[in-house]
Formats: sequence, structure tokens, C-alpha cells
Amino acid sequence: MQKFLADASEFFPILLQGVGLTILVTVGSLVLSTILGLVWAMMRVSGIRVLSGVSAGLINLIRGIPIIVLLFYLYFVMPDFGITLTALQAAILGLGIAYSAYQAENFRAGIEAIDKGQIEAAQTIGMGWWLTMRRVVLPQAVRIVLPPYGNIMIMLLKDSSQASTITVAELALQGKLIASSTFKNTSVFTLVALMYLTMSIPLILLVRHLEKRASRR
Amino acid sequence: MIELRNVHKSFGAVEVLKGISASVEKSEVVCIIGPSGSGKSTILRCINGLESYDAGDILVEGTRVESKAASIVAIRTQVSMVFQRFNLFPHRTAIENVVEGPIYVKKAPPAEALERGRALLAQVGLSDKANAYPAQLSGGQQQRVAIARALAMQPRAILFDEPTSALDPELVGDVLGVMRKLADDGMTMVVVTHEMGFAREVADRVLFIDGGVIVEQGAAKSLLDQPQHARTQDFLRRVLHPL
Repeated sequence: MQKFLADASEFFPILLQGVGLTILVTVGSLVLSTILGLVWAMMRVSGIRVLSGVSAGLINLIRGIPIIVLLFYLYFVMPDFGITLTALQAAILGLGIAYSAYQAENFRAGIEAIDKGQIEAAQTIGMGWWLTMRRVVLPQAVRIVLPPYGNIMIMLLKDSSQASTITVAELALQGKLIASSTFKNTSVFTLVALMYLTMSIPLILLVRHLEKRASRR
Repeated sequence: MIELRNVHKSFGAVEVLKGISASVEKSEVVCIIGPSGSGKSTILRCINGLESYDAGDILVEGTRVESKAASIVAIRTQVSMVFQRFNLFPHRTAIENVVEGPIYVKKAPPAEALERGRALLAQVGLSDKANAYPAQLSGGQQQRVAIARALAMQPRAILFDEPTSALDPELVGDVLGVMRKLADDGMTMVVVTHEMGFAREVADRVLFIDGGVIVEQGAAKSLLDQPQHARTQDFLRRVLHPL
């Protein structure tokens, strides 16, 4: 234990630099996946066959490819097509695209959970599709969507470690580098695990709070 | 003001409307009665463009109703609808439900819309419930808010789709009372209902529909008291004397 504490105080500052990148990758891809997921979900429920077909196809395509392969593709293959991304850009883009599929399915479930009578009532007072979405459907869907959204945040935080495979020096990669140069595997990876856990716990509490609030209605 | 000419409508292989022709004049109250599944609600939903129809014409003030056309918005602001299950927006208070259409569809100044909205809530007897959410209201109160919401659009006609069928019996009277006042004020109304007492006292005309066709129509009292057609007689007997 004493040894672990000594190692921890030595490695903590280095790992903390990784935490910064972990948060950056997580937040960046969360924002991107939310926007893309909303777009896919809106296309899916638009009632326009071409749009919902394209959206369904895209979602299945994205879901069927492992995140790590998507990251490799963006970072190692795209330069062959003249598009060179930094490791950080590729990580945010890759995780954002990968998670947009889950976001879209969550948003769609929330939108489709709204009673059809609500939509008809909106139509009968002259609301068009977009106004119905904005004023009637989405405000109600948010309550349904938020708890699963919190879970997606937690998963995304942990999956941001996959960015290490394309050289983003986030928490997992920093840990691996320290471990391979000091051979203090136990101390380093225990510390890394604890740091991920520390970041997850607030999110876990947030999800619990949101679930409680959603069930109250 | 509302005219249906030989309207046909099918859901898949089932034809629910088999050539409906009828008209509703300004300030007229028309009740549609008939067994469930006879196509009563479908008629209202077609008039409002919530359902498309397959053949024939529905005209509102001379404009053909087409559920996918841009003109449907203008028609819906003239012809409001009240639903069996109220369909209030649960995330908005009573007054917010009422002013939603005027503010966001008709672009009325919010202060003006709120003032009118409060007056409408008073008209349906719910001044004290303006800030209550639908979940805090009884079924009868919710339906009266829904009527105020329909009135807020200043429609020329209101379609009522079994407005009291989802209510506890002791709450039916409040809603029917509000509807009767509207009729007295000259509102054009088409009411799908099982309330024969309301039809007899308030309606000008009654249509009896069965199997997707108008079996019989006429002045309310004469149709309800002396139905000519055997199916009408049979239906009224079952409704009025269920035992």
C-alpha cells in the first residue's frame, strides 16, 4: 500500500495530463454524436421514405463496424484519399460517428414514445411538422431520453480509451507508456482504473437522479 | 360551410366509408350517431385532414380538404377538433395549452393571447385552474380545457369526436353544458356522440351511420323519436334501453 501511494504520487501528475485529453475526446465526441444522432433520428421519423431509409441504412452501417476499425480507417486510410486528420481529430470524429448510431436509436425511441394523440392535437391547431416537433414532441421526449443519454455518456467516457490505439495520449495510453517504461503494472493500471472510476461516478449519480426524476411523472 | 360529396375511405382491404354525402350549414349543430366501427370518427378525421380519403370531395368553405397539401393548415385553423381522449399537452399548463396555437401558429402577441385565453378558461368554468397541469385536472376539466384550446383558434366550426365517452358519468354534464352554450352562441358543430339526450336537445340534425353509409338523416327530434329505418330503430333501442 505504501509503495502504491509512493508510485501514485509520482505518476499522478503525468496521468493527469492524459485525463485532460480523455475529457476533451469524450466531450467532443459527445457533442458530435448528439448532433449527428439528432439528425439521423429526425430523418428516421420524418415520414419521408428516402430520408428514413438512408438514416436506417447509415445507422446499421455504423453499428456494424467496431469502433477501433472506424478509428483506424479515419486515421490510417483517409490519408490515402488525401484527407489527413490529427490523431485527436480522428478520435473525436470516429467516436462521434460510432456513437451517433446509439444516440439516434435512443432519440427515436423517445420521439416514438410520445402519444400519437399529442401529434394529432398539434396538427389540428394548425402546427406543421417542425413546429410540432419543437413545441410538442421534443420537450416531452427529452424527459424520456435523458436517463439513457447519461448511460451513453458513461460508455463514451470509457470508450474514449480506444483513442489510445491511434496515438492519442489520453489516460489509457499515458498509463500504458508509464507501465512499459517502469514495469510497475499493478500500481499504474490500478491508478488508471481509479481515475476512470472517479470520472464515472458523478455521471452515474447524474443518471440515477435523472431516472428518479423521469419516473416521478 | 362543410360539404362531403360521395366520400370513400379504406383502411387496407376494409372500406370504412362507402360514399358519404352530407353538408353542414353555418351555425348548424349536426350529431353523428351509430354503432362503433361504423366510420363516424373517420368522417371527422377526414374533414380535418388527419386521415386522407380515397375518392369524393370534402369542401370546407369551398376549399377542398387534402391532408398532404399546404392548404390544410388554413383549413385546420378554421375547423378545430376536440378528441375523445382530450389530447392536452401534458408538459404545459391549462393556460399554456390554450394559448399555444394563437401564439405559435397565429403569431398573436402573447399578452393578447393570454388575456383571451383566460377569458376562454372562464367561459368553460375553469378560471381557477389556469396554472394546473393536465395531470392535476379531472377528465371533465381536461376536456373543457381542450374545448377552450379549440376555441382559442377562433374557428368557424368545431368537430367533436366522442367528447364525453372517456369521462366518468358525473362529469359528462359539465362538458355537455359548455357545448350547449357554444351551440346557443351560434357555433357550427359536428358532434360524434352516444349522448342521445344531447343530440335531441341541442342538435339541429342527426345523421345515423352504419356500415360506412348514412342510413338515415333528419331533424334531431323526429329522427330520434320516430326513426324510419329498421337499423336506426334497432340501434336506438339498444342505446336507450340496454337491458
